[in-house]
Amino acid sequence: MLCIVDYGAGNLCSVELAFRRLGIPCQVSADPADLARASRIVFPGVGAAGSAMRELLSRNLADAIRQAAAEKPFLGICLGTQIILDSSEEDGGVNCLGIVPGACPRFRFPAEVRATVPHMGWNAVTRRRDHAIFTDIPQDANFYFVHSYFPQPKLASDVLADTEHGGLSFCSAISRGQLVATQFHPEKSGRFGLQLLANFAQWDGRS
Amino acid sequence: MLNKRVIVCLDVRNGKVTKGIKFEGNVDIGDPVEMGRAYAESGVDELVFYDITASAEGRPIDLEMVRRVAAEVFIPFSVGGGIRDENDMRAVLLAGAEKVSVNSLAVRKPQIISAGAEIYGRQCVVLGMDVRRTQDPAFPSGLQVVVKGGREPTSFDAVDWARRAEDLGAGEICVNSIDADGTKEGYDLLATRLIADAVEIPVIASGGAGTPAHLAAVLKQTRAEAALVASMVHYGTYSIPQIKQELQRHGVAVRMDW
Repeated sequence: MLCIVDYGAGNLCSVELAFRRLGIPCQVSADPADLARASRIVFPGVGAAGSAMRELLSRNLADAIRQAAAEKPFLGICLGTQIILDSSEEDGGVNCLGIVPGACPRFRFPAEVRATVPHMGWNAVTRRRDHAIFTDIPQDANFYFVHSYFPQPKLASDVLADTEHGGLSFCSAISRGQLVATQFHPEKSGRFGLQLLANFAQWDGRS
Repeated sequence: MLNKRVIVCLDVRNGKVTKGIKFEGNVDIGDPVEMGRAYAESGVDELVFYDITASAEGRPIDLEMVRRVAAEVFIPFSVGGGIRDENDMRAVLLAGAEKVSVNSLAVRKPQIISAGAEIYGRQCVVLGMDVRRTQDPAFPSGLQVVVKGGREPTSFDAVDWARRAEDLGAGEICVNSIDADGTKEGYDLLATRLIADAVEIPVIASGGAGTPAHLAAVLKQTRAEAALVASMVHYGTYSIPQIKQELQRHGVAVRMDW
């Protein structure tokens, strides 16, 4: 079964409701044994990287997540995507899970640009290559974002899609083997978001 | 490029979407879940549910409604009205709302903004702000914060309050002009501009929308990221696709691929 990891970092309700709407069975769990048994993993999260990492460590979930990400289809969402990287600039600098090499800096814009932070709203997601989770979703489809920090993978080969805000192009989706991760919220992104979740539920993990 | 957002506000009373009509009181116009879903399908970018029974009668917010909306509507929505403390904020977010909106509570107790931001991050706290123009030198920006639908003045200067709310952890500010509200003559561009220029977080313009050109004006002439509409769509005067096509024609980037 698909397992949504519950580690006290925000609201999992909408992710669960989206899978329910799609008729895809799922469980919400913070138990490492459930993660080990699950056929695929969704790793969501909103809030701050520091407290999210503290919660993961206090629940002994860090290794279970690393393990799951190495062996089964794995979908990170928003903060879940940021903390699979090595580190985040948030909360004065946080060591994260290090599943994908890279960092997570804050949006900083020159005074003349004055783009808003958080980056909040609907924005186009431009794929660099095809991927099963984008099946039946047009190139440059709009998804819903809300974040002040953005993923910056070290390897260009890990970047699946880009999005532009205030003249800055940032990585809005990561893919590496059986792991995919989106900075946007598919569960809040209308029909394309639901399509992406349905695609993930059927994906065999081969990119 | 980040699209500008069109947000529909639904006032909810006793589980029904309602509309205040001059001299006639409130008239129920539909079911919140059905209306929310219909608006989402017609391309609205976000929804706001304002529980007017809760705020007027000091009752807790209708969480069952929030749950029903969350199970049916897969675009962001916020909930406001009748938030009494951080427990209410948490309950609304856990019921599936993306954001929670505080207005007069934040004026009475600004720390509620930080408390809310600590629950699930600052992106989930929207500060609603009713503002009115004033000549009184006690308000350097010329904008005074008022509460209770404009009936009760406060000592807060609107621009100061916006900056302070941002520092406290608000993720977004909805600026509702009491002068423009209900006029259908357009948003208060000056008020929206002054506040949007003062903060880094997104600002939603509210109050006064009567035509799509009004949305175009506030989204082009100020740094507002979003415009709130209510009666102009509830009565079928304009549809969301019509508004968005007009915005596009005016050169405003909006999401057209719902």
